[in-house]
Amino acid sequence: MSFAWAKPYEPKNNFMKWLDERLPVPRLVYGAVGGGYPVPRNLNYFWNFGVLAGLALLIQIITGIVLGMHYYSYAGGAFESVERIMRDVNAGWVLRYVHQNGASFFFAIVYIHIFRGLYYGSYKAPREMVWMLGIVIYLLMMATAFMGYVLPWGQMSYWGAQVITGFFSAIPIVGEPLRVFLLGGYAPDQAALTRFFSLHYLLPFIISAVVILKIWALHIPGSSNPTGVDVKDEKDTLPFHPFYTAKDGFGIGVALILFSIFVFFLPYSLGHPDNYVEANPLVTPAHIVPEWYFWPFYAILRAFTVDFILPAKLWGVLAMFASILLLFFLTWLDRSPVRSTSYRPAYKIFFWVLVLDVMVLGYAGQAHITPFTLALSQVAAAYYFAHFLIILPLVSKFEKPLPLPTSISHSVLHGEKEESAPFGLTRTGPAAAPAAAE
Amino acid sequence: MVRIIGFLIGLGFVGVLLISLIVNAVDAIQNPPVHTAEEEFHLEPRSAGFSWQKPWGQFDEAQLQRGFQVYKEVCAACHSLKFVSFYELEGLGYNEAEIKAIANQWAIEVPSVNPDTGENSTRKALLSDRFPSPYANETAARAANNNALPPDLSLIVEARDDGADYIYSLLTGYRNAATYRNEAGEPVPQENRPGTGLHFNPYFANLNIAMPPPIVSNGQVTYADGTNATVDQMAKDVSAFLRWTSEPNLERRHAAGWAVMIFLLVGTVLAYLAYRNIWANAKREVSIRGPLEPAFQQRMQDQKDERGIAG
Repeated sequence: MSFAWAKPYEPKNNFMKWLDERLPVPRLVYGAVGGGYPVPRNLNYFWNFGVLAGLALLIQIITGIVLGMHYYSYAGGAFESVERIMRDVNAGWVLRYVHQNGASFFFAIVYIHIFRGLYYGSYKAPREMVWMLGIVIYLLMMATAFMGYVLPWGQMSYWGAQVITGFFSAIPIVGEPLRVFLLGGYAPDQAALTRFFSLHYLLPFIISAVVILKIWALHIPGSSNPTGVDVKDEKDTLPFHPFYTAKDGFGIGVALILFSIFVFFLPYSLGHPDNYVEANPLVTPAHIVPEWYFWPFYAILRAFTVDFILPAKLWGVLAMFASILLLFFLTWLDRSPVRSTSYRPAYKIFFWVLVLDVMVLGYAGQAHITPFTLALSQVAAAYYFAHFLIILPLVSKFEKPLPLPTSISHSVLHGEKEESAPFGLTRTGPAAAPAAAE
Repeated sequence: MVRIIGFLIGLGFVGVLLISLIVNAVDAIQNPPVHTAEEEFHLEPRSAGFSWQKPWGQFDEAQLQRGFQVYKEVCAACHSLKFVSFYELEGLGYNEAEIKAIANQWAIEVPSVNPDTGENSTRKALLSDRFPSPYANETAARAANNNALPPDLSLIVEARDDGADYIYSLLTGYRNAATYRNEAGEPVPQENRPGTGLHFNPYFANLNIAMPPPIVSNGQVTYADGTNATVDQMAKDVSAFLRWTSEPNLERRHAAGWAVMIFLLVGTVLAYLAYRNIWANAKREVSIRGPLEPAFQQRMQDQKDERGIAG
């Protein structure tokens, strides 16, 4: 696929040969995640998160399909059906805790994945399309997670739906009719619940389709790497299988251990107690907060408090959408030809300030509004926009990057005198004995 | 072009945020936030040191049974338990015969239909029934309780911050508003003292709760296992029972968690070893040891040459 030296698929037995000639699925898999996909040999553990995100999607789809068999999207019984799953369905509690915490697991992985992309310049040529498809997936994930959170029909589900669909009413003129159209009523009710369930079931499959497009787009230039230096020849790469399948196996193990700690020992720690109270349109919770993965955006939304030309609410909604949509334009905002931030001394500082900034936004997004938390969210939101729209273009223009390594293999070997031959080509090592026998 | 538009949008958002910041800062200085009586008098729940709160924690069956007895004799008069079925009482350590007897003797009967006349009637509870509610509907519940609705208790522990500790603190937290002093020694302001039908309790969010103190005197319940039924003991036991009703699978969850952990740890160690093995010479110079070592091969060859052996 991506490089001239990528190994073509060779069927190992007659059945695979027969299948490959008629439906080349084995060839597709081999080229995508098998020995036929050469990957830079210097990837660090941050490159595990793509596969981990795929694993999280798979976990959500499988547990979700089974939960969907027991859940009913009836406003008068949705809450009860969730309790039935927890109490009466065999292993229902495992399914639900995995699905519920799995959403957080998915977002945690995707956030690390996104920040890895920001640090190592994965949005730059020739991987712009990979990055943009990733943002599309992220937006779809947010929609899916929001609608999924409404399904248990608890207090926070209901009032979260009320607040989030209220965003649309901020749009001048068409806003309120649009909101009523989307909800199927003036407030979330049966119509909203049923359509949210339907879409919550649909969107993961659309996400899967975009994931396929993303992997397709990725395999044209091939994976990026921590130096940001292009792959120059065969010794810069290793075949995905067995090298990165083995590394991902270890990564999956570690991720599942951390995930299981939440599922089995802290299943409530990421949720909100109010969602164990059945939805009641007449009682507003004292403190409406979204799930943790939306806190930074909620902070941006609430940071705009002054009607300056436009109403404050519209500013907040525009800024919240802009904060994600601007990621589509990163390629053009960052004009530095250097991909990896490791070689960009000035931008590196701003990058870590951004990481801190998003955490501050997260804190401000879940806190009770006080003058202090409000000021915090305003300063942090201002930095967020300044970082991407003002600082990044300027820094990339004036910064003097550090010298880049001459090649990937050079950076891996740290100046050792001899290069070990690429996999499959050694003639001396014991590990290469099968190759030597050819 | 993208950069120019982006720059202007960026300036716009930053500008409006800074205006908001200044307006709010001025406002906060001119009208400093005042502490409400709720903030001054509200107390954080006390920890009761429950057995399940550690990752390996399990319920204390005797405590759950005592808590169930408190629910049955005190709480059940007003509070439903609508998500819990009688058969689940197995988790408290009762056997089937005992649960059948409990269901059969439950003071409230299950709504039913008279099989002969088709009229609404009630029947005795079965194992598969959920706990019947003390009131027919919300209106009836409010009418009987001074317009306050006694919440369902099945999920009450999960539905409150600090869960069972909160329930325990609330049950033992009723005070006399007239004589109560907070940590700073201040009396409760007149407007925060309970009105008609309300009761002062500093653990409740707005300090005044509609529920009258449910557990008032030692020995209110005569425990079947002979435990001394102090107010504190009863509050603790019923909080434990309500923790169980909110998640009857807690013990199974903890046990499964440890099995999963051990499985994953072993698997991850094996995956790590496989990873290191496969990558053994991928990132560094390969140095071969043993008979295949180039120096050793050379030495063998030299010896053969010396002796005049061909090949």
